[in-house]
Amino acid sequence: MYLRHGAFSYLPELTDDEIAAQVRYGLLNGWPISIEFTDDPHPRNIYWEMWGLPLFDLDEPDGVISEINACRATFPNHYVRVLAYDATLGRQTTAMQFLVQRPEEEPGFYLARTEGSDRRQSYSVQSYAAQAPAGRRYARD
Amino acid sequence: MSDSKTGQQGFGFYRPGATGPTAANPANGAASEAQETEEVLADDAVLDLSADEARLRVEDTLSRLDAELVGLAGVKRRVHEIAALLLVDRARRQFGLASSRPTLHMSFAGGPGTGKTTVALRMAEMLHALGYIRNAKVHTVTRDDLVGQFIGHTAPKTKEAIAKAAGGVLFIDEAYYLYRPENERDYGQEVIEILLQEMENERASLVVIFAGYPDRMETFFSANPGLSSRVPHHIAFDDYSHDELVQIAELMVADENFSFDDAARKAFSEYLELRMQQPRFSNARSVRNAVERCRLRQAKRLVELKRPLTKADLVTLTAEDVYGSSVFDDAAEESPADGAGPQTESARELDPESA
Repeated sequence: MYLRHGAFSYLPELTDDEIAAQVRYGLLNGWPISIEFTDDPHPRNIYWEMWGLPLFDLDEPDGVISEINACRATFPNHYVRVLAYDATLGRQTTAMQFLVQRPEEEPGFYLARTEGSDRRQSYSVQSYAAQAPAGRRYARD
Repeated sequence: MSDSKTGQQGFGFYRPGATGPTAANPANGAASEAQETEEVLADDAVLDLSADEARLRVEDTLSRLDAELVGLAGVKRRVHEIAALLLVDRARRQFGLASSRPTLHMSFAGGPGTGKTTVALRMAEMLHALGYIRNAKVHTVTRDDLVGQFIGHTAPKTKEAIAKAAGGVLFIDEAYYLYRPENERDYGQEVIEILLQEMENERASLVVIFAGYPDRMETFFSANPGLSSRVPHHIAFDDYSHDELVQIAELMVADENFSFDDAARKAFSEYLELRMQQPRFSNARSVRNAVERCRLRQAKRLVELKRPLTKADLVTLTAEDVYGSSVFDDAAEESPADGAGPQTESARELDPESA
């Protein structure tokens, strides 16, 4: 299942140059860029692991791209996303977020049904990958 | 999402399969302008360099460099050469002649106050006008900004500095402090290795300029032969001659909307002669400080003047303002015989340089 997450997720995957252009757009707006990764891309898992601190005070995307590449090299089978945070008063939220890496095979999610009292059904979305212990998910072997 | 910056129109998104010039080049501004002329000229076409619009911008920068900086003939010649090289390189690209990107890492070796930082600023403007770097920004760092305090601290610090300078010029002031041979566990060596790696990177449009005093730069480069061989441009900044310093003083004074009267001009020339023989003379910076102190004494003189001031009063620096310097005191002490006795209030405390 191809995970749709963040902006541009219905577009073809961005090339590094396009990622740089998007990052430049964020930097021109004065948004610090941060990089996050996870191996549990459940829709409700909104807090991913941070790859270092947010990158403040940059003018050019080169530094971000090199950090993205470092993150990709360390976690080749994780999801990696780039976030731009808008700190202006009144907004103070994520202004832009998009994936820059996904594992080769994505088993996707399934719907788990649980029967409660009086035959009441409750549903939850669960990830196939999360059945493996953290770190072993999406391992290619 | 606004794509007008990258020159794409409407919803025409770039697809990975189709290679277009806009997608290959995320850089805006001068860099993308340089790439716009993608169509290759015919073999028998003629290219008029003087009509190149980048050339006009460069001419502007170069003429400012010539006007602002007195002397430094060797430096100016080298800057003009580099401008010509990049201009011809642009022209070659227009004919479709592929060649590697010229490496422009530089080392500026010169005494204090010889204009290294100013030339770096102009150099950045020029490289930007020619599309070699993406913005005309100089990020100045010293050892403190690069070297960490504990193991594992240096690499992130250096990478951060490189990221901040990306697309522009990284100006490393007093670069020789990076290398401390007396302490083999010093983290400076790590900085040099990271910088080398970055300087080798073809894609990064970063120009590194190492600056410092000539003798110590010499030992710095001889101790790091790998670094020396990757810096093709070693530019020496000579100390200024007396006449050049007088010219610099005139320029500085005019810049601040002051002027010397004739006696003051002569007095300042004498001042420079004396000051140049003293230790810790730092060329244009000493001149700047001397002018500042002249202004101080002028202000004091004007305040003590018991009459209304005219514009000419406010503008003119007189010989009295110059002779107030403690440099003349010292000279008079050394040779009391020729004590033509420029009257001096004890200005020693005003003169931190000659303390």
